[in-house]
Amino acid sequence: MDCFDEMNGMDGALREAYRDVEAWLENETPESLSRKRNEADAIFRRLGITFVVYGDGGSAERLIPFDVLPRILTGSEWDIIDRGCVQRATALNRFLEDIYHDGEIVKAGHIPDDLVYQNPLYLPEVHGVALPFGVHSHISGIDVVRTGREEFYVLEDNLRTPSGVSYMMEGRNVMMRLFPDLFSKMRVRPVEQYSEILLQNLRAVAPHGTHDPTIVIMTPGRFNSAYFEHVFLAEQMGVTLVEGRDLFVEEGSVFMRTTAGPKKVDVIYRRIDDEFMDPLAFRADSALGVPGILSVVREGRVTLANALGNGVADDKGIYPYVPEMIRFYLGEEPILQNVPTWKLRDEDDLAYALDNLSELVVKEVRGSGGYGMLVGPTSTKEEQEAYRMRILADPSNFIAQPTLALSTCPTFVDTGVAPRHVDLRPFVLAGEKVSLVPGAFTRVALREGSLVVNSSQGGGTKDTWVIG
Amino acid sequence: MDHMLSRSAEDLYWMSRYVERAENTARFLDVSYRMSLLPNDRDDETLHWGPAIAIGPNPEQFYESYGEATPENVMYYMALDPENPSSIYSSMCSARENARAQRTMITTEMWEGLNYVWIEMRDLNREKINEMGLRSFFDWIKERSHLFRGVTFGTMLRDEAYQFVRLGGFIERADSTARLLDVKYHVLLPSAEAVGGAQDYYQWGAILKCTSAFTSYQKIYRGELTPARIAEMLILRDDVARSLRMCMIAVTDTLDILAPDRNLECKRIAGRIHADLQYATIDDVFEQGLHEFLEDFVVRNARIGSQLQTDFLMSPVVEPA
Repeated sequence: MDCFDEMNGMDGALREAYRDVEAWLENETPESLSRKRNEADAIFRRLGITFVVYGDGGSAERLIPFDVLPRILTGSEWDIIDRGCVQRATALNRFLEDIYHDGEIVKAGHIPDDLVYQNPLYLPEVHGVALPFGVHSHISGIDVVRTGREEFYVLEDNLRTPSGVSYMMEGRNVMMRLFPDLFSKMRVRPVEQYSEILLQNLRAVAPHGTHDPTIVIMTPGRFNSAYFEHVFLAEQMGVTLVEGRDLFVEEGSVFMRTTAGPKKVDVIYRRIDDEFMDPLAFRADSALGVPGILSVVREGRVTLANALGNGVADDKGIYPYVPEMIRFYLGEEPILQNVPTWKLRDEDDLAYALDNLSELVVKEVRGSGGYGMLVGPTSTKEEQEAYRMRILADPSNFIAQPTLALSTCPTFVDTGVAPRHVDLRPFVLAGEKVSLVPGAFTRVALREGSLVVNSSQGGGTKDTWVIG
Repeated sequence: MDHMLSRSAEDLYWMSRYVERAENTARFLDVSYRMSLLPNDRDDETLHWGPAIAIGPNPEQFYESYGEATPENVMYYMALDPENPSSIYSSMCSARENARAQRTMITTEMWEGLNYVWIEMRDLNREKINEMGLRSFFDWIKERSHLFRGVTFGTMLRDEAYQFVRLGGFIERADSTARLLDVKYHVLLPSAEAVGGAQDYYQWGAILKCTSAFTSYQKIYRGELTPARIAEMLILRDDVARSLRMCMIAVTDTLDILAPDRNLECKRIAGRIHADLQYATIDDVFEQGLHEFLEDFVVRNARIGSQLQTDFLMSPVVEPA
């Protein structure tokens, strides 16, 4: 498959942004790169930047493979992504605010109402709750892929508890340590301000009338796969990292247990899924949540970031309608395109998908992490047939997309420096304003030809540089 | 002072207890090892290793899995056995787990130090320890513990978290000094009403060395080693780093910083132990019986620990395995 290479474009001609990197690479050998990679690994391991893999017989702490070759975006490329992501996150927030209030977009007939209101991720429990600035998704991870010089597509939106930002920031730290010379030549835009902007936003969305709000990050605990990131963010922002058992509800407020007694909490940046947040309202067997917190949320006496009930907006069944949201709420044309998507709940789309399985990517509407999807061109006939049966059993549970020629980026692998497919996850921060820092979490599929970049499926990461 | 999560306080307290415990276990094994190097008239080599097991929380478990207290068995059990909750290995793992749970409360250097020990220890086994030599292994553990303490002192914000780290360290140290003295005294005394002869000198010297107090002893007493003076030094002196009294001074000071205006039960218990040590003479101690005195101390010291749980809202005491 012909695809765009971040360094060499379509035609193999070196792109200007990579000039310094190429010059540097020419002086490196597989041995020296290997040494740098080991150094990077040692730093990650020493800092404990690991993620937890769940498998047979418990869990293990692993490093996500870090590739020492950066992925570079020019200022004008970044500008497209930046404006596109701000636009998209703004529309998605408006959408969430709308469907938890009057549902204008549904009434206007732009989105089928069953997709919204019968969606299991729609939480009637938070209908009508007033949120500061109407922000539901304070932190959004927008997964972007590239197929050409200025062709960027949004693959999916992550509006619940998107992770990966610690890799964006620690990856940068490691790179600056390993390659100071490159940084002094290349004027890479900094990303460190991320935590400061996030903290400002979290303060801004505190319940009305709160003076000097107490902000906490809530983690499921140290056995969670993203625990390192929770720690990292708490440290960067200087806020307390709590678990559900540290919090309790009393007299309409949320408190944490401290050495000097209860202390009121105003804003909770929670990294726990909706269903585990309140055992009284959702999953009764959840030991991670805080009994009764939903009632405090409903009264507007504590702000959750992200808000409850966001899943309905990043559901793959809703995804095809995001361009429509942008037009409806903002009166603008989408800056970043959606990947063309066949909704298999529609008969015509279903027929088309079943006829073309070997060329499409088929995903479960509610799947994530790269699990349970079919990548047509790289699958066997047997896999396709088995998947066909699954689709037929419940077509509305699936969408199909063309197999995109994801861009590649030079990556240091066993055979030397070779192109590997990458994607891009910038993080959009919403408070009083919506913004992002010039950087992102770049994931790379380390296996030759593979299009699956998820870390749970053997993907690695790269530092992402925005220059100029 | 900003108040912290009770759970964090508890984790930090245990983190430093575990590091201190690992260090003290290394010290203890070190002294047993040194004593066992001597020709012995009681040529039962389990003599010096049995006590190393007896000092631990669960001697039965040892004899069940290992049978005999041979030097080899005891060493392995106390140093590396993951099944032994108080082995050096387990202590360091627990310390690292608590640190990991409280990454935000400690400095990067503190975390890196403990994480590094954990990474190194995962690769150790009997053969490797034999290769590096026991003494080197003990020294390494002690060094890492010193480093941890130094990094804590040198990098940590003097907030509540720091005080809980200190507290855990001193309570654990008091416990282990008392146990060490108790057990060794038992072993040595039958053969030495008065210390005399090269062998006794060597053995009492080993106790002092294992508590890093040998040169201090020479400075203070400038003379022969006597059991009473050694006991006095490790129990009552207010200028000996690992003495019970020194630990209690640190504990009472720390509690005053943590809760200056609160009339807490833990402060009362600690203050009283401190006063007893301050006004006792070594003759009083021997009159009560050294063993009885030390045993009583260990119980009272543990009571401070459990009272902390109540006074600072921490969860009920269950010492994690």
